[in-house]
Amino acid sequence: MTKTLRTLWKHVAGSSRDLAPIVIVIAFFQIVVLQEPLDGALSIAIGAVLVLLGLTMFVFGLELALFPIGESLAFALARKGSVFWLLIFAFLLGFGTTIAEPALTAVAKEASQVAAGAGTIADTDAARANYLLGLRITVALSVGVALIVGVLRILLAWSLPVMIISGYALVIGMTTVAPPDIVGIAYDSGGVTTSTVTVPLVAALGVGMASSLRDRNPMTDGFGLIAFASLTPIIFVLAYGGIVAWF
Amino acid sequence: MVLIQSALETLLATSGDVLPVVMFIGAFQVFVIRQPLRNFRRLLAGLVFTVLGLGLFLVGLEQALFPLGRLMAQQLTNPEFLTRGVDAVAIDWSAYTWVYVFALAIGFATTIAEPALLAVAMKANDTSGGAIGVWGLRVAVAIGVAVGVSLGCFRIITGLPLQLFILVGYVIVMIQTVWAPRLIIPLAYDSGGVTTSTVTVPLVTALGLGLAETVPGRSPLLDGFGLVAFASLFPIISVLAYAQLTALMERIRTTGKKHARNRAESTYREEN
Repeated sequence: MTKTLRTLWKHVAGSSRDLAPIVIVIAFFQIVVLQEPLDGALSIAIGAVLVLLGLTMFVFGLELALFPIGESLAFALARKGSVFWLLIFAFLLGFGTTIAEPALTAVAKEASQVAAGAGTIADTDAARANYLLGLRITVALSVGVALIVGVLRILLAWSLPVMIISGYALVIGMTTVAPPDIVGIAYDSGGVTTSTVTVPLVAALGVGMASSLRDRNPMTDGFGLIAFASLTPIIFVLAYGGIVAWF
Repeated sequence: MVLIQSALETLLATSGDVLPVVMFIGAFQVFVIRQPLRNFRRLLAGLVFTVLGLGLFLVGLEQALFPLGRLMAQQLTNPEFLTRGVDAVAIDWSAYTWVYVFALAIGFATTIAEPALLAVAMKANDTSGGAIGVWGLRVAVAIGVAVGVSLGCFRIITGLPLQLFILVGYVIVMIQTVWAPRLIIPLAYDSGGVTTSTVTVPLVTALGLGLAETVPGRSPLLDGFGLVAFASLFPIISVLAYAQLTALMERIRTTGKKHARNRAESTYREEN
């Protein structure tokens, strides 16, 4: 128990170090450039402490439980060589980690409030909750599909640049017909999905697969899954925006 | 009291979010791989920490990161601050210098500190046999994010269409892909997604929405989003450029005179 607490404390120190540059930049701007009092400074300070504590405990918990199992599972499945289970695993991994992703929850909530404020959806709690859930499920589905495509690419040695570039060509094409108010949210959702939970597990899956297959280079074949996971959300959310607007 | 209530509500919601992941990983472990779960107590403790941490983080986010991003955007675009008391002439995009500087600084600072990026950089250094430097990669990505967020703010302030910038960006990526060393391409594509982390995303989103709310003539829904997209696109360009630059310098060095190369190598060795 004391060992656990000591490791937790080490994690708190680590996150403080990670967050320090952000605090320094904001403090510099408040004190030197803006020279204005910060409204609600106390509330923001409490919130910042909660962010620090929460992020630390979250990552600490992930490292205790989810990451070791997820990584060993990814390696074991890649070695086992059953394509069926590998694809099922890839989809569920993408879907599950994205639904649990805090950054996505936060941004989707913000998007639902903005959409309600602009009159795209009704300004009621139910409509907002509906839109929020729809957005999160759409993005989670898209990341699941992305990992299936990415795993197939590693297995069949398809060309990454060709796939990514044609994906973005599709994005540009869809943008011209999609309702303009979804475009910004769609483009952002690509970057939002791939953070704390998703990246370590997905990277483990890719590198594990590439190193257990013959004739594969972990460098050129192992990376690239995250690129898919940043691309498909844009396509899916553009489609979601179209469906919400037209039906 | 409100804080405690919202904390409890968030906690309940996050438990619901984490449960499916846990169940499916457990099911795979037991039914597909057919290995028992070792260290059950440790796993349970980890789970409790994950759910608690996620709940606290989301409450803190609402309380600190979103208001902070919005507030910074409002204060930096406040007409009184922009004109410094000089009478209010028409404010165009060039008056917002401090917004761009703030975007550069916050983009660079959050990326350099990003643990996910550090992890990927170390993995890349390993897999490439040391050809890709950890610090080189981190700085390349951080410059990409800084330029991306800053340019994204410029777009929000001017109201130019988002897809125009994204289109031009991907054309640049395409052209670079043709000539860049093959080894770096997947890593470069990945680095776009890696950089935009759990702390950066809410802060940058709030900054964008705040700008769109306060700059006259902008709509939050049409113009407020898009900063994260910029922050995911520009690292691809900067990492590809970093690899091209390294390859170019390598070529210059190897085609140079032999003694010059020896001297360069010996100073390199001394430095290390």
